[in-house]
Amino acid sequence: MKDNDARKPEPVSGVTRRDFMKISGIGVAVPLLAGPTVVQAAGEDVAVSGPGKVPVELTVNGKKLNAQLEPRVTLLDALRDNFNLTGAKRVCDRGVCGACTVLMDGKTMYACSVLAIDAQAKKITTVEGLTEGDALTPVMQAFIDHDAQQCGFCTPGFIVATTRFLEQHPNPTADDVRLGLSGNFCRCGTYNGIRAVALATTREGRSS
Amino acid sequence: MNDYQWPDPATRPLLGKRISRVDGPVKVSGRAKYTYDYNPDGLLAGKILRCPYAHARITSIDISAAEKMPGVKAVRIIQPAGTEIFWAGDEVAAVAAVDEPTAEDAIRVIKVQYEVLPHFVSDAEPPKNIALDTGPLSQDDFEDLEDNQVPDEQVIATIKKNGISFKPSDKYLKSTQESGTSASVVQALREAKYVEGATSHSPYKKTAVQKQGEPDKAFASAATVVEGLYGASCITHCCLETHGMATEWTAEKDLVVHISTQNVSGVAPQVAEPLGIPAGNIQVLEQYVGGGFGSKWGPDRWGMTTAHLSKSAGGKPVKIMLERAAEQEVAGMRPSGYGRVKIAADKDGKFVAWESTSWGTGGMGGGGTPPLPYIFDIPNQRKQNVAIATNQGSARAWRAPTHPQAAVITMGAIEDLAAKMNMDPVDLITRNLELTGKRADTYRDELPIAAEMMEWKKNWHPRGDKAAGPVKRGLGLSMHTWGGRGHNSECDLTIHPDGSVEIKMGTQDLGTGCRTVITIVAADTLGIPMENVKLLIGNSRYPVSGGSGGSTTTGGVSASTRRAAVEARDQLFAKVAPALKARPEELEAVNGTVRVKGDPSRSLSWKEACSKIGAMPMTAHGKNPDKSKPPDLTNSGVGGVQMADVSVDTETGIVRVNKMVAVQDCGLVIDVKTAESQVLGALIMGISYALYEEKILDPVTGRMLNPNMEFYRLAGIADIGELKVHMMTGKGYDERGVIGLAEPPVISPGASISNAVANAIGVRVPFLPLTPNRVLEALEQGGAHARV
Repeated sequence: MKDNDARKPEPVSGVTRRDFMKISGIGVAVPLLAGPTVVQAAGEDVAVSGPGKVPVELTVNGKKLNAQLEPRVTLLDALRDNFNLTGAKRVCDRGVCGACTVLMDGKTMYACSVLAIDAQAKKITTVEGLTEGDALTPVMQAFIDHDAQQCGFCTPGFIVATTRFLEQHPNPTADDVRLGLSGNFCRCGTYNGIRAVALATTREGRSS
Repeated sequence: MNDYQWPDPATRPLLGKRISRVDGPVKVSGRAKYTYDYNPDGLLAGKILRCPYAHARITSIDISAAEKMPGVKAVRIIQPAGTEIFWAGDEVAAVAAVDEPTAEDAIRVIKVQYEVLPHFVSDAEPPKNIALDTGPLSQDDFEDLEDNQVPDEQVIATIKKNGISFKPSDKYLKSTQESGTSASVVQALREAKYVEGATSHSPYKKTAVQKQGEPDKAFASAATVVEGLYGASCITHCCLETHGMATEWTAEKDLVVHISTQNVSGVAPQVAEPLGIPAGNIQVLEQYVGGGFGSKWGPDRWGMTTAHLSKSAGGKPVKIMLERAAEQEVAGMRPSGYGRVKIAADKDGKFVAWESTSWGTGGMGGGGTPPLPYIFDIPNQRKQNVAIATNQGSARAWRAPTHPQAAVITMGAIEDLAAKMNMDPVDLITRNLELTGKRADTYRDELPIAAEMMEWKKNWHPRGDKAAGPVKRGLGLSMHTWGGRGHNSECDLTIHPDGSVEIKMGTQDLGTGCRTVITIVAADTLGIPMENVKLLIGNSRYPVSGGSGGSTTTGGVSASTRRAAVEARDQLFAKVAPALKARPEELEAVNGTVRVKGDPSRSLSWKEACSKIGAMPMTAHGKNPDKSKPPDLTNSGVGGVQMADVSVDTETGIVRVNKMVAVQDCGLVIDVKTAESQVLGALIMGISYALYEEKILDPVTGRMLNPNMEFYRLAGIADIGELKVHMMTGKGYDERGVIGLAEPPVISPGASISNAVANAIGVRVPFLPLTPNRVLEALEQGGAHARV
């Protein structure tokens, strides 16, 4: 059967039947934002983005950022390539190492594993958004004090993860740290300092 | 001539203190820009098409579809049809396009056909019957002999008998002599007969037996003899920032290079030669690098490809960063090293004989022979090595090349010998320290300190934890050495009339604390706060400084900075002396002032003093003496001791590190804080390769099965246990000068953890990483045998 044999619903321009078959499972869960093509599937409206570039609006560090992106572009690549927010790094590129950690609606998220189009309407905070100007957060200062960094490539991801971890665990135990910061890898071997940061920051914060 | 010597311990405001790294703020805030972050307007994304076969010949390449694709700006064939490819992941073709997705699409439509050839990827123990290699020596073979300290007369005899299959240039001969090859060996190379290299059939290259003393007699009369099998698998560097480079032609023959490298001053010549442009036209830039560990020395083929693609695209900047899979497959690995060992002691526990057959692979090249026996010069020895050529991306220097493998093999055998003699290994080693030569006193100082930190006497038990339950606990130790003399380095230090100080040096900070070290030395010498020093590195236009390899950077940059700072300070004293009514040599720069020694009332603030320079800034140059001269501010040769405390679950085979201690010497410590971090990091990297890391090659496809980070597992924060570091400082250490620290502490973790596991479960798990399956297999077989 050829593509042009397809019966109803007819996909609109730019979407082949094979593409349609792949996306039809998503139903109406996709919000209807500006840009995506709307197709009918089983009597419902379905938003279909792509295959070309579509307008994407992201809310990052309190600012609205707009770009034309292919739907396959990840949040990480959009942040880095389109908005020059290069604090988050691509290291494993498949949701293992945590170097691309950002906050999405306040929760840690691997930015390599989220599509930019799916990150719309969420509040995204990158490491750059944790500070204003040259001021450092207490977590950042603790990373310096405990020398919890060497080459520094994993450090931004660890800063974001540790910041969120300490919000959730204001008085962490050593076991909390073992579990709570296991989502990030370091190659130079800075965990000893990071562990000290996680166990000391709140203590130091409390005493001051 | 000036006295550059390090100041007296009483007058060191900053040297040897605990100081936070100066680039901490920019790193923690995410503002540090790495090569990967280079993102100018108009940047083109480069991608590489890689060969999927471990051994193949390219029969055809069709790039026409990629060339026609919208958004594609350049396509390049890297290896043309007809080329034989020797490992999976080797570069075949490349594209540059407006963005990464487009470049990926273009790579997919390049059509390449291959004739698939047989491959070989196993580094299992070689068969016994392989013949001695009598073919001509390749450059790798020759360097293996040198690295393994084969006696000169044997090297010369082999060169004369076998000939050589490479044509050493004068430049090569000079550099090999500078790195320690004797003049007579260099002369033999010069006169050697050139023989075309064999197009060989066997992957095995067996070197002649090396013999010392009377091993047979010594074994026959020894009180105790043990035999064992030990080793470490191939691992990768797994730099978090993958290898990569960006280039931009700013004029017909002018190139700007951004590269993730350990070698800022050394890249331009490597880029210039293949492009046929003057090296001086190339500017190499790098502010931050996301790990190197020995693997980032040159532009590599992908880097050169960015230059070609940029040229084709009208000079626009092109960047290629390797994908994670390529990084793991082709951008560097540490060779495997295994050995069957027999070791003997007399009734007093003195080592009397050693015999080993070692083997391993470093990809298609040699990969290096572990220096066996490690550290201990046992009087009677017989040893032989087999290098295995395998179809995989070539080995690169990995922190302390060949030493971790040698430590695993040697310290494992010594621990097994101690167990058979029912002795505490600390006692056995202590009885043999004179065999370690120059480092004996260092080890003698360090062993009791490490034992104290580990509470060894209290916690150690004879082999095999007798406690009830499936989880067994044990202790193990290892020792190591390294050179670490500072490299050639030059430094420009400028004092401005407003009192600010600027330093320029063509070095790089891999995260070791290089920036911090330079800043401390300058500020300490000039008696000013570190904030007054503006440090500029990471640019090939700055004074030449060596590549960061072999733990040579800290010794190199601290010495050149000290020289420049002393020169600048003395020039300043000459300008200031009249105002203080003193002679220049009566002045000192202390605590933000320039003053007359012993008369603090005759004093100028640093700023006032600098205003006497005049209108123009004043630059002094520091240059380390040539390596042929004895070192002054730096030195060579360190020792370290490490101990591990592990728990092994004998039901699951899972090993956990409870605690590790490291006692380390590195001469004069400039910054205790970053030095300790370096050692802590080495312990963690060591736990990682001891327990988890392995480059696994599939014998069927010849491809790496785990070229990613979920199955190429690094240690995480949950895996490290308690870590304690003690740096040897003070008398006997400080006065030796500054010695590098990056390699030594990463040598012993594998051996000490392996020994702790043997002590816990009562049998030897022969090979690293000590994975659950290897532990269970060793338990099942009683440690007698194990597969690689």
